[in-house]
Amino acid sequence: MDAFLHQVLAGLATGGIYASLALALVMIYQSTQLVNFAQGEMAMFATYFAWSLINAGMPYWPAFFLTVIFAFVLGIVIERVIIRPVENAPVLAVVVVFIALLVILNSVTGWIYTYTIKPFPSPFPAEPIFGKYMSAHEAGAIGVTLVVLLLLYAFFRFTPLGLALRAAAQNPESARLVGIRVGWMLALGWGLAAAIGGVAGMMVAPIVYLDPNMMGGVLLYAFAAALVGGIDNPGGAVFGGFLVGVLENVLGAFVIGNELKLAVALVLIIGVLVVRPSGFFGKVFVTRV
Amino acid sequence: MTRRQLIPIAVLLLAACALPLLVSDYRVFQFNLVLVYAIALLGLNLLTGYNGQISLGHGAFYAIGAYCAAILMDKYGVPYWATLPVAAVVCLVVGFLFGLPALRLEGLYLALATFALGVSLPSLLKYHHLEKWTGGVQGIVIAKPEPPFGLPINADQWLYYFTLAVAIVMFLLAWNLLRGRIGRAMVAIRDQHIAAEAMGVNTAMVKSLAFGVSAMYTGVAGALGAIAIQYVAPDSFNFFLSIVFLVGIVVGGLASISGAIYGALFIQFVPNIADEISRAAPWAIFGIFLIGFVYLMPMGIAGAVRMAVARLARKAQNR
Repeated sequence: MDAFLHQVLAGLATGGIYASLALALVMIYQSTQLVNFAQGEMAMFATYFAWSLINAGMPYWPAFFLTVIFAFVLGIVIERVIIRPVENAPVLAVVVVFIALLVILNSVTGWIYTYTIKPFPSPFPAEPIFGKYMSAHEAGAIGVTLVVLLLLYAFFRFTPLGLALRAAAQNPESARLVGIRVGWMLALGWGLAAAIGGVAGMMVAPIVYLDPNMMGGVLLYAFAAALVGGIDNPGGAVFGGFLVGVLENVLGAFVIGNELKLAVALVLIIGVLVVRPSGFFGKVFVTRV
Repeated sequence: MTRRQLIPIAVLLLAACALPLLVSDYRVFQFNLVLVYAIALLGLNLLTGYNGQISLGHGAFYAIGAYCAAILMDKYGVPYWATLPVAAVVCLVVGFLFGLPALRLEGLYLALATFALGVSLPSLLKYHHLEKWTGGVQGIVIAKPEPPFGLPINADQWLYYFTLAVAIVMFLLAWNLLRGRIGRAMVAIRDQHIAAEAMGVNTAMVKSLAFGVSAMYTGVAGALGAIAIQYVAPDSFNFFLSIVFLVGIVVGGLASISGAIYGALFIQFVPNIADEISRAAPWAIFGIFLIGFVYLMPMGIAGAVRMAVARLARKAQNR
């Protein structure tokens, strides 16, 4: 029972990270109906930026916030420069551009920082809390996820800019008519998504260690999380993230073994897409022929 | 086929046959891999280029083909040439089965599902209950086939000719498939699936079949690749292999048979050259080429060649 509880709590911690990344995916999906395959590499790149800052002697939290800003700007620049020209292109072209982005970010990071695995510091103390069930980093990661969620909720619910963003995502034509600069709202959405991804990257790096390929698996779980919750529903994505985290950990520890953990994501993704493509909470779309 | 099309193909074939006698063994091995990649790219192009179904996980089918060949040769002593039909059938079935759920997925979602397949495959190959067959993380080493009938060529050259013969058959089959009824149905589904259905095309069947045939091509390529490299291991079939194939068809030219050859040359030799700059350089170049081709040359090299030839022909006529 102890071991089980431990796995569930650890699952919640990684689940929080998946939830953040899934949230980033959902944000981009909501405004552009695109799934960003490069989300994980963008997060990884931001995490390396944080690593350089900390390595240069900056304390953790200033480096953390500077990285969030860096990721935000990176997201905006990527949207403006690379994604914009293919906004209305066929799906294949867009997917190819995303994959190209993934590959470029991955190789540029490898080029600058080499492929050796690096440890990444955690801002939280090393000793376990809540008895022996949970490390402080795991608890901290959950806390950070929840804070990010609250901030995002408040931003979208209570600020005029958040309202404009929602309007631009929901009905671009009408939004443009009332004077919202839809193009910039999309870029802003990308910036926010990249910033959330950056936070997820910094939270997961102490667990999986820093390496240019560290986000491959994490991104797969985030996809699964976003799909389980419904790819157009932010709350669903968060729920999906925690669910996938717990499932992955518990199944990995007790049922199928660690080697098949990634297969859980594969089965979840294909299962959800085939059985219920809108996920638990997504809107069901009916296409009229 | 008109005479204008026939002449370059004949020249190309002659060059391909003469090649191993002119260059070093290592180069022969490299060109052998070009042929292998060309078959794999042709398979992916059947699916993505002609049928419009995006796959980011074709490395998985390549891996299944490679493991089929390696396991049969290593554990059951099957001769290398006999592994190809088995790999083909296994991949055809697996691809067809994967194609069935994929029917419900379009565009982005199919890309997602195949992405998941490509990313998770290496961990499946490492699964310890399968270790008896797959050799786990260590993989399987297989022996290089010797030339038969006492032919006066070495093993590399023989393998090259063997692969060339398979490639020619595969290309002919694909060419035949694409210009016939099924090929037209595939293109019709890509361009206007509702209209295609209204005209009596069995969309579900053709799409699953396209998936199966595409996987079969890539699987045969995987088997040939395993025989040529004499080694299979889970980490040589990671997600980046699937991206390499994507690079190949985008650069070579979507929906083009000759594009598979251009793409194969590109993915075989460009990383070799770029590797001298840095370990990361090949991938940076792949990424830049991907974006560059989508923006500037969506028809790929094959499209550019076609345009250049047409322009030259027009000029010759006007003269």
